[in-house]
Amino acid sequence: MRNSDSRGKIWAALRARLRIDGKDDGMTQKIEDYEDIPGTWVFDAQRARIGYRLNEFLYSLMKAENRKEFLADERSYTMKFGMTDEQREAVLNRHWNKLLELGGVSYALAKLAFTDGKSYQFMASQMTGMAEKDYVAMMLAGGRSPDGWRSKSERKGKD
Amino acid sequence: MARIIAGVGTSHTPAIGAAVDNGKASEPYWVPLFKGYEPAKKWMAETKPDVVIMVYNDHVNAFDFKIIPTFGLGCADEFKIADEGWGARPVPVVKGYPELASHMIQSLVLDEFDMTIVNEMQVDHGLTTPMTLLFGQPKAWPCRVIPLAVNVIQYPAPTGHRCYMLGEAIRKAVESWDEDLKVVIFGTGGMSHQIQGPRAGLVNTEFDTAFLDGLSKDTERLVRISPMEYLRDAGAEAIELVMWLIMRGALGDSVKEAYRFYHVPASSTAVGTIILESRP
Repeated sequence: MRNSDSRGKIWAALRARLRIDGKDDGMTQKIEDYEDIPGTWVFDAQRARIGYRLNEFLYSLMKAENRKEFLADERSYTMKFGMTDEQREAVLNRHWNKLLELGGVSYALAKLAFTDGKSYQFMASQMTGMAEKDYVAMMLAGGRSPDGWRSKSERKGKD
Repeated sequence: MARIIAGVGTSHTPAIGAAVDNGKASEPYWVPLFKGYEPAKKWMAETKPDVVIMVYNDHVNAFDFKIIPTFGLGCADEFKIADEGWGARPVPVVKGYPELASHMIQSLVLDEFDMTIVNEMQVDHGLTTPMTLLFGQPKAWPCRVIPLAVNVIQYPAPTGHRCYMLGEAIRKAVESWDEDLKVVIFGTGGMSHQIQGPRAGLVNTEFDTAFLDGLSKDTERLVRISPMEYLRDAGAEAIELVMWLIMRGALGDSVKEAYRFYHVPASSTAVGTIILESRP
């Protein structure tokens, strides 16, 4: 691919491809599209905005002294970050999928799992509703096929 | 003249680094993976690059959510290893190349890429896992490393096409540096994987194989893969593969595939690696 002469052509093709409703003239992916992926909360700009304080709380758990303080009194510690009550409850209950929905990003949530002495794999299996050993077995057998998981309409009636 | 002689694409799954650090590499779960990386490691030992440009992403370790650079180039003397929540990995500190990195900043910004200059940064598994996979466990890393941190955590990540163009501009920047250096560029992350929600564990071998093929045969198709296609077909975290397109863009028009390896799983991830040699 040549730098200068191909730039315009490919850019135009890419824009055309990303256009969703024929009216949208830009590169913007609409939130509705992200919402069409089943079993997934895409961490886009809107969800990041909602989750900002939640994620700052999770980020604080990178420090050993903060992990200690949190585990000693979870309720008081979580009060310090300006999260919503719903976010705080989801933290206290380790309601992982709810935390994703409320704007938590998985890598930050992992710090909460690590604080509990759990692995990333444990957290992922909890999100799927599978026992960790069943999740590991699924991965060893080649992972979850995308078939039936590409869109909400494809998923309908399967859960 | 400094030259980018080759590119390496590789996954950067943290569990791989942890397996090495904890002496688990000889366990049956991990043996096939490390065996598959042996030829890549050998290639690297023979190639002996002076500088590695490491395209990777930070995982909420160096950057929280106060500031999220889309493209952050590490210009420091050295980069310490981040404590990601379970203690820092016991790997050598990463030595940078501030002179070349600063030159790259000048060249890239004038070439219309609005880079973020990062003068202090800790590096996480996104950078250190590939180092371990390709260089093993030396007392000190055998080359200097210029980290290029790309935001692929908050959507939208930069498009594949933008990434490819950045790669082209990186080649230009490196080639205008007047010092004989062998540079190898890494594109890391991927391949298909999703590590969140009820859909976690998704793997799409067909997608991954086509992606590996496309790196030498059809980059025009790869740069057009939209964020939604990555999401739908290869999982929410497969968007990391756009970083491989920065690597590919930096290799010029024609490449020779020197090695590839693909394996499922490492934790929740389909692992792939490829070595592409640049043909002048």
